[in-house]
Amino acid sequence: MSEKKLAIIATKGTLDWAYPPLILASTAAALGYQTEIFFTFYGLKLVEKKLDLKVSPLGNPGMPMKMPFGPKWFRGINWNIPNAVQAIVPGFESLATTLMKQTVKNNGVASIGELRDLCREADVKMIACQMTVELFGFKHSDFIDGLEFGGAATFFEFAGESDVCLFI
Amino acid sequence: MANFDKELDARGLNCPLPILRTKKTLQDMGAGQTLKIVATDPGSVKDFQAFAKQTGNELLESAEAGGEYTFFIKKK
Repeated sequence: MSEKKLAIIATKGTLDWAYPPLILASTAAALGYQTEIFFTFYGLKLVEKKLDLKVSPLGNPGMPMKMPFGPKWFRGINWNIPNAVQAIVPGFESLATTLMKQTVKNNGVASIGELRDLCREADVKMIACQMTVELFGFKHSDFIDGLEFGGAATFFEFAGESDVCLFI
Repeated sequence: MANFDKELDARGLNCPLPILRTKKTLQDMGAGQTLKIVATDPGSVKDFQAFAKQTGNELLESAEAGGEYTFFIKKK
C-alpha cells in the first residue's frame, strides 16, 4: 500500500485557527499519511519557539462567549458583548485568550503546544515560508528546531503529488 | 470481550487525542495483540471505525455503557 500524502498551507496565527492544521496533520500522520505543513504569513506564529497565540472575539460574531467556570446556568450564558466595548476595554483579547485556554482544558482538548509536539514526533514535515520570514523580520533562530525554510516551489514539490491538499 | 494485552485510558480526552494515543500505544505492541481503549468522547465511535479501516488494524468490538465507550483493536 503506497502512502497517502496530505499537504496543508497554514496561514492563520490565532489560537483558534491554530487548531485545524495541527489536528488534521497529527491525525493524518496517525492514519499513515505522509504529511507536510507549509507555514506562511501569520501561520508562522505556530512554529515560533515560544508559542504566544491569542484569540480575538472582536468582529467574530460566530464565537460563543461563555464562561469556563461557575455553576451550569452561569456557564450557559452567551455574553453578547458589543464590538465597541470589546475594542475599548484594555486586555480584552488577553482575557478572551485565558478563557478559551481554560475551556480547552475543561473539554480535554489538547493544547497547541501538545499537538505541535505530536506532529513533530509523528514526523510531520514542517516548512516555513522564507519570504514571509523576511517580510515580518523574523530570524531562523526564532523558530523550532527541525523546521525547513523554502518557497512556493518547495511547497508544490510535495503538494503536486499529494492526495489531499488544504489551505487553512 | 475479556482478553486483551494492553489497556489505554482515554477518558476525558477529546478529538484527536484518543486516536493519537491509540496509534502511539499500538506502536509498542506486537502484531496480533489486542488493545482495549476506554473513551468518553462520543465522536470516538465513528473515529475508531475510520481509524481501523484506514490503518488495517481490526476493530474487534465497539460498545457503549454509561457514557463510556470501549473499543478492542487488534494490531495488524
